[in-house]
Amino acid sequence: MFLANADVRKVARLARLAMDETEIEAARTQLSGIFALIAEMQAVDTQGIAPMSHAQDVAQRLREDIVTEANQRELFQSIAPQVEAGLYLVPQVIE
Amino acid sequence: MQWEIVIGLEVHAQLSTSSKIFSGASTAFGAEPNTQADAVSIALPGVLPVLNKGAVERAIKFGLAVGAHIAPHSVFARKNYFYPDLPKGYQISQFDLPVVGQGALTIQVEPLSGNAKPYEKVVRITRAHLEEDAGKSLHGDFHGMTGIDLNRAGTPLLEIVSEPDMCSAAEAVAYAKALHSLVRWIGICDGNMQEGSFRCDVNVSVRKTGAPLGTRREIKNLNSFKFMQQAIDYEVQWQIGTLENGGKIQQATILFNPDTGTTHAMRSKEDAHDYRYFPDPDLLPLDITPAMLEQVRATLPELPQARRERYTSEYALSAYDANSLTASREMADFFEAVLAEMSPSPQSSPASGRGGERENQSSTSAKMCANWLIGEVSAQLNRDGLEMTQCPITPQQLGGMLQRIADSTISNAGAKDVFRAMWSEGGDADAIIEAKGLKQVSDSGAIEALVDEIIAANADKVTEYRSGKDKLFGFFVGLAMKASKGKANPAQLNEILKRKLSG
Repeated sequence: MFLANADVRKVARLARLAMDETEIEAARTQLSGIFALIAEMQAVDTQGIAPMSHAQDVAQRLREDIVTEANQRELFQSIAPQVEAGLYLVPQVIE
Repeated sequence: MQWEIVIGLEVHAQLSTSSKIFSGASTAFGAEPNTQADAVSIALPGVLPVLNKGAVERAIKFGLAVGAHIAPHSVFARKNYFYPDLPKGYQISQFDLPVVGQGALTIQVEPLSGNAKPYEKVVRITRAHLEEDAGKSLHGDFHGMTGIDLNRAGTPLLEIVSEPDMCSAAEAVAYAKALHSLVRWIGICDGNMQEGSFRCDVNVSVRKTGAPLGTRREIKNLNSFKFMQQAIDYEVQWQIGTLENGGKIQQATILFNPDTGTTHAMRSKEDAHDYRYFPDPDLLPLDITPAMLEQVRATLPELPQARRERYTSEYALSAYDANSLTASREMADFFEAVLAEMSPSPQSSPASGRGGERENQSSTSAKMCANWLIGEVSAQLNRDGLEMTQCPITPQQLGGMLQRIADSTISNAGAKDVFRAMWSEGGDADAIIEAKGLKQVSDSGAIEALVDEIIAANADKVTEYRSGKDKLFGFFVGLAMKASKGKANPAQLNEILKRKLSG
């Protein structure tokens, strides 16, 4: 067993996921399976091989610094639950 | 027991690109809410980030300017947290492989206590990385809701992290000012602090001399150098007071309230620092080729530190003058343009003014020019609330006037009149001197006649002077100047007066 239910609960809280005990148990089993796979991969000797940060071994292409986007606020806000004075409204957040 | 202050800074410099770091939306300040929030900025499902070359070039430029290692291979990571002005649920940043590695910045510290001397210090820069800005939350009157403006979301930032090398508020402010001047100097950030283009987070801790580092508290989002100094002073006193009363410092994020001059802790959120960074699968690694590096290097101007050194060595200016002149690139360029105007040799253009022969002449011109720029010009700009770039007087005008002081056509007092006229009405020095009749009388015959008259009319004072009342010399100078309507060449007048008075 790689994970305890408490670990799953913590990760769920960080990801804002509401999970009941059955779901937590199921997630724990699945995640533990993933960790087992990772442990298996960790055992491979990778000495002298530079780590990759992306599955494809290619580099980022860059975009020229030019404004290409027009204002589409009305279109975007037509699917927003609530807008006012051009702003998207959300439940109050207090610092 | 002595307390030691330890300060490190994290500065967010907004990069002066036209478009956002990962999309083609505009970054212009002050637009109507959400009119510059495109599909990427508002994180519509399915959109992908494409990295802006202009942001990468600016980051490289900064790295080169602080002598840092530029990573040939760097990686973008997701910093995960939930806040409504961050619609993706993560900020794209860099974590373990930032684009700019270790560098250093030389700062000029003006100690706050009156009798301490200014000094130079090198502050190490830990790293600088590219990241996107978040949007803005407006807690106004929206029926108990919060308004979100995502225009700022996706604006490119360079986060510049220093080592905890500063040990006073004065040093922290000097570092922030040097950095602020540098990013503007190399043209990567407009430095507008009111608009949030340059934001400082200050980490402060205190310890007994020689003890291990104390627990730090981070003062967030300082947007003025004055507030920075006040915030640090207050925080340091608070931490020392707490420790001396047997208390403990808890690591915390705090805010400075300019109205009360105090700091207070933000509500500490549970799990707040568990950002679960991981490489962003939407972005490939950033490879910076030697060719790109050289391309950017070629655009780098002569840096403030190099100019300071050149001004002191080539023109024999004081460290104070050299610092003041290099406070901004506009000021330094103006100075060199004026100097080029005053110099007889044509090869001394501002860009190539590095030759070496005309030392004495150019050092006198440089000193005069520095005095006028740091004195009169800066004072007038301040009074009128203008920037150097808005200066109503051109380097040609000022240079022309200084030339007339140098060749004794006008006195310093006359020059002030010329300067005021130039400032408000324009025109070149020669025309103003002519129109206002400010030309000095350097004809020794005329001055002698004038002095003779004064001596004749003030026989009693002359006797007093000759019997040892040296102070009266000024009285005679005043009379003579008045009689010449301020136009007598002061050096000549002094010489003639002295000679005639001594009888």
